[in-house]
Amino acid sequence: MKNRIGQCTDWFLSRFPLVKLWNEHMAHYYAPKNFNIWYFFGSLALFVLVNQFVTGIMLTINYKPDAKLAFDSVEYIMRDVNWGWLVRYMHSTGASAFFIIVYLHMFRGVIYGSYKHPRELIWIFGMLIFVALMAEAFMGYLLPWGQMSYWGAQVIISLFSAIPVIGDDLSLWIRGDYVIADATLNRFFAFHVIAVPLVLLILVFLHIVALHEVGSNNPDGIEIKESKDPFGVPVDGIPFHPYYTVKDIVGIGVFLFFFATVIFYMPEMGGYFLEHANFIPADPLKTPEHIAPVWYFTPFYAILRAVPDKFAGVIAMGGAIVVLFLLPWLDRCKVKSIRYRGGIYKKAVLLFVISFIGLGYLGTQPATPGATLVARILTVIYFGFFLLMPLYTRWEKTKPVPTRLTHQPSLEERLPGWIEFFNEVFPQTPVKDSHGNTVMKRRPDRTAMINALIRFAKKLKESLD
Amino acid sequence: MKKLLYILLLVVPFSVYSAGAEVELEDADIDLSDVQSLERGAKNYVTYCLGCHSAKHIRYKRMAIDLNLDEDKVLQDIAPLGAGIYDQMHSAMNAKDAAKWFGTTPPDLSLIARVRGADWLYTYLRSFYADPSRPYGVNNRVFEDVGMPNVLWQLQGEQTASIKNIDGKPVITELVSKGNGKMSKKEFDRFVNDLVNFLVYIGEPVQMERKAMGKYVLFYILLFTIVAYLLKREYWKDIH
Repeated sequence: MKNRIGQCTDWFLSRFPLVKLWNEHMAHYYAPKNFNIWYFFGSLALFVLVNQFVTGIMLTINYKPDAKLAFDSVEYIMRDVNWGWLVRYMHSTGASAFFIIVYLHMFRGVIYGSYKHPRELIWIFGMLIFVALMAEAFMGYLLPWGQMSYWGAQVIISLFSAIPVIGDDLSLWIRGDYVIADATLNRFFAFHVIAVPLVLLILVFLHIVALHEVGSNNPDGIEIKESKDPFGVPVDGIPFHPYYTVKDIVGIGVFLFFFATVIFYMPEMGGYFLEHANFIPADPLKTPEHIAPVWYFTPFYAILRAVPDKFAGVIAMGGAIVVLFLLPWLDRCKVKSIRYRGGIYKKAVLLFVISFIGLGYLGTQPATPGATLVARILTVIYFGFFLLMPLYTRWEKTKPVPTRLTHQPSLEERLPGWIEFFNEVFPQTPVKDSHGNTVMKRRPDRTAMINALIRFAKKLKESLD
Repeated sequence: MKKLLYILLLVVPFSVYSAGAEVELEDADIDLSDVQSLERGAKNYVTYCLGCHSAKHIRYKRMAIDLNLDEDKVLQDIAPLGAGIYDQMHSAMNAKDAAKWFGTTPPDLSLIARVRGADWLYTYLRSFYADPSRPYGVNNRVFEDVGMPNVLWQLQGEQTASIKNIDGKPVITELVSKGNGKMSKKEFDRFVNDLVNFLVYIGEPVQMERKAMGKYVLFYILLFTIVAYLLKREYWKDIH
């Protein structure tokens, strides 16, 4: 029997390069050994993608893509299908989790210069994944056929009608009807379930192939392939398997803890993951008072609303995404990692983060004149970060870049420092209890707190230089 | 430190709630483990609401299971005459007639608690006041010019609004009861609370089970993470 299995294995392996693939991409794929917390989000994105595929397939088993049945079929899944509620919450929470992870993954690229030579193509593929993901999420959000599904899609598709000459015909062609209707739901279902996932899968494959061709960047922004040992192995590299497979499993554990907390205790996430108005069935005759897209689109939605002209707004919203594609060529600085880059870039990144989060918040709020003004300022900052980049990255005063990876304290190594900090701010102080005995109790110490704040402010200022 | 700041900045938007309504809502006392309250709420719903509002996403069978009730008892005490145990809570009223009588079809209330929230429902049901300008003689402080008549008026008694002029606009300061209801204020508040409790339950029947299950899931994930971490530490020992 054992011999038979061995023969089968040999038969298979002599026809398929499994060993070669495994070695090239796992066991002999060398990754820099200094990955920090930011490097979990790549594998987590893959994990959530699998989650969306599995739960998505399970949902289609009971979902009905029909304007008359869709809303009720979702509630049927939530109530009458065994474990249907869990599958649905895993899918809806997974969608938001996917965007949190992807935004953090992209931000990692921005701070460590992962988009720079020779990784421009990885960034382009990644951006295409982001665009496909937005299309996937937008079309998926129509499927529950609630009020927000309906009116959100109505607003977004009507944006196409702002395009001169062909606009009206184009939006009609996308909808398949004069308003969002059964035809729209059916085609969005087809795209959400088959077309876009296929594209996503291919793009993820290309993203990883391109990554493994040039190798991963790292928090120091140094090419580990430049210093190799006599056997041609990068001295600062470690095999992806087993080192990063075991490490990424820890990341998945931590992620799952947060993921499960949302699923079991706050699946609506205060109306951000599942909007309250989406529990009302779609009604073409009743426009909701306040239409807001789901949180992950709100930064771009805020940019759209910030521009007074509708067509210009559409251009600005599209431009906010297109400009991300150009990032590798806008950044003229040779140094990759933010650790060795000039203060001007650090400050620019900080401003960019503030503008992105600010726009995201404003996109969820009604457009009052005050909010619109703030959104306009933040929009200017958003585009300023990218479009002024060729100028300010040229003047950057960079720091010397080391030739080998540096050692940064890990979480475990930082723990004693945190305990010390806690002891400093909450020292053991003698306190008299109700019986008049002196006992030691932890009390916050005001001067220590002020000192800690001053230290923090100084450190913050220093890190921005 | 910088990382911490970034993470904080990313988390902040989630904690910000959107703007609330103008009228201050009163807190409903929601306790889904109180099956007696839910049972009373179910009876109240069938008696006072089901005539117009269906709750088609809940079945009597599900109610019997979740509220630990005997199926026969549910059919006898709660469900309207002729309903079967596997039936959903359908209303007898025809949607076309309803639209003719009320101007709009009364909505299905299966998910109303997830749309409006418990506090809104609790306040809304207690905030009707006499307004002769409206077709059914009542208006509502929380939902202005609502098409729904005050079906609970016999229990609560009539309420009138005391109106003051603030900045040249008439503003309702409070609702005064005429005291002609069958129930005392306390009894009526409990009645509405039971009803809202029931509406919260039918909004998501699995929610109690979900929360009860959550702690085991989290505990398992925690164990898994600890084991995974120890494994990682073992492998990484020789990396410096």
